[in-house]
Amino acid sequence: MTDETETAAAGPGRNLLSGPQPEVARAAGYADAPPRMGFFTDTSVCIGCKACEVACKEWNAIPEDGLELTGMSYDNTQGLGADTWRHVAFIEQRKPLGGQEPGIGHDDVDVFTAARSLGTSPSSPGPGATAPASDARQPAGAPTGEISPLAPDGRTELRWLMSSDVCKHCTHAACLDVCPTGSLFRTEFGTVVVQEDICNGCGYCVPACPYGVIDQRPDDGRVWKCTLCYDRLGVGMEPACAKSCPTDSIQFGPLEELRERAAARVAQLHASGVTDARLYGEDPDDGVGGDGAFFLLLDEPEVYGLPPDPVVTTRDLPSMWRHAGAAAASLAALAVVSFARRPR
Amino acid sequence: MSESDVTRDGVRGARPGRDALTEDRAGRRRRRRGRGEQAMVPDAEFSSYYGKPILNKPTWKPLDIAGYLYLGGLAGGSSLLAAGAHATGRPTLARTAKLGATGAISLSLAALVHDLGRPARFLNMLRVFKPTSPMSVGSWLLAGYAPLTMAAAAADVSGRYRLVGAAATASAAVLGPAVATYTAVLISDTAVPSWHEGYRQMPFVFAGSGATAAAGLALACAPARETGPARRMAVLGAALELGSLRMMKRHMGLAAEPFEKGRPHLLLRTAEALTVGGAALAALGSARSRPVAAVAGTALLAGSAALRFGIFQAGVASAEDPKYTVVPQRERAAESGSTPPPS
Repeated sequence: MTDETETAAAGPGRNLLSGPQPEVARAAGYADAPPRMGFFTDTSVCIGCKACEVACKEWNAIPEDGLELTGMSYDNTQGLGADTWRHVAFIEQRKPLGGQEPGIGHDDVDVFTAARSLGTSPSSPGPGATAPASDARQPAGAPTGEISPLAPDGRTELRWLMSSDVCKHCTHAACLDVCPTGSLFRTEFGTVVVQEDICNGCGYCVPACPYGVIDQRPDDGRVWKCTLCYDRLGVGMEPACAKSCPTDSIQFGPLEELRERAAARVAQLHASGVTDARLYGEDPDDGVGGDGAFFLLLDEPEVYGLPPDPVVTTRDLPSMWRHAGAAAASLAALAVVSFARRPR
Repeated sequence: MSESDVTRDGVRGARPGRDALTEDRAGRRRRRRGRGEQAMVPDAEFSSYYGKPILNKPTWKPLDIAGYLYLGGLAGGSSLLAAGAHATGRPTLARTAKLGATGAISLSLAALVHDLGRPARFLNMLRVFKPTSPMSVGSWLLAGYAPLTMAAAAADVSGRYRLVGAAATASAAVLGPAVATYTAVLISDTAVPSWHEGYRQMPFVFAGSGATAAAGLALACAPARETGPARRMAVLGAALELGSLRMMKRHMGLAAEPFEKGRPHLLLRTAEALTVGGAALAALGSARSRPVAAVAGTALLAGSAALRFGIFQAGVASAEDPKYTVVPQRERAAESGSTPPPS
């Protein structure tokens, strides 16, 4: 499968179809490019407020695309598309978060029996036993103590994962590779942007994207996706979603710096017992050469609707052309053979 | 005991559907492959986000793009027949094939422009030349090929500028095989599992399918004394098409499944039956009987069309189900050991 993959032996100025490419903007022809910019979305601190979705829609003047109640937890946005450039996923799981002790169930305790024995023995202190000495002004029997939490550390076994998804701005972007008009282009910041005045709506980028990000607006005919707020970047501002994120789950900055920050964050989470934490899309050796927008996830990527091991389709393009060439030659040979005998 | 709605069996009067479900029952949809008692086969278990597809499915209109795949093959094959017939002195076959190529490529250009979200901007296709974009390469190929077929047909019909006509016929025959096969690269160069995974064999399937379609048109329209090459082309094309299709499905792994289910399955079985039947009729009966040749030709034309629509729809179906994206990628990742298997 990888027999004709171009290797990374070429210099940084060469535009490759796959593999690590440290200077993606320079390879695209920017001699004096600023550092590559991107997003690090730390889903462990996402609170699902959807401020990013709203800020993105507002800033980029994205039209309304239907109001639906899906029943998919708090997610009524459903997925990325032409009119959704940030999408917050919500996943409910019967799993503990890190640091919890699962399995402390009280299923075998009959609470009604237990309630009847309240206050009759030292092992079942009545209401108010843990409270400061009650005084006479309180009505008799009023509960004055703290309400017991469900688990010793105060958390239940339900965990609610939230993650703000966005265009990955791949190092090797299939949408950009297959665009026949040159409408999709690489910016000096290493991001991938559609020029809407050039796009003729051929739709080729839509099935080419391994993440299902870019899509066509039916009434408009052209394709749309996240621009990483190219207009804001140009004047030194951060993208609208990152600006609006109240917990800094969405972090914007030079990709190198974000990668360092992400590695430290994963180490920190692992140390505190969140062993599920892993980075997604930060590896320059992966199938798309690493993402410009990468993530810290708390479960497998597919749980969040992300492909587990995406590969840029154009990695295999040289092989595809070779096979097509062989097939074309076969067809020509087939025709020659058909005319070879002349039984007239 | 009390008048509260909260009882030991739950909340009295509550609608059962209001309970929020988690994980197995909602957020993490797990699906199992295989049916009934095939417990020996390990289940292809995978997680997804509420069963939502990972890919955005192609926005292409089936009639336009599957129709274009078909017409491109018909045109490319016809150009080869036209050049052969022109060179070997078969005037009716040559004219049929030249007109067929012109008609098919004109219709396919119309379909391509019609499928654009902004048809008025179709000329943007020739704004750049991008070898990484099969659609860009194809646009330039068609920009060269379509005028050649038109010149060849016009010279033949008018009987003037014979030398120019001969040159155009020969040039169109050089580009014809590329027109017939590049469309396989066009659809394989996507993330759609059932298209991409078949990229090695798909061009051969399309080459065979283009040959059978062109042979079918010739059989249906040209007299029997000139269609000997078309009959041989039908048989050889059918063998190439169906043999490559079999091989492709065998090498695709899980991505072959959409070819065996629902409408794509029906279309592909129909294509196989029509192509085999048409080729057999062409080989055995069409030399003597004009009606038999017409039936054989029509069957071959219809079979080629059914094949393209079947492949197109199988690809769309594979993009709509996250299984075909997740499971093969999981297997690949597990083989290379780059990421841990799902917990």
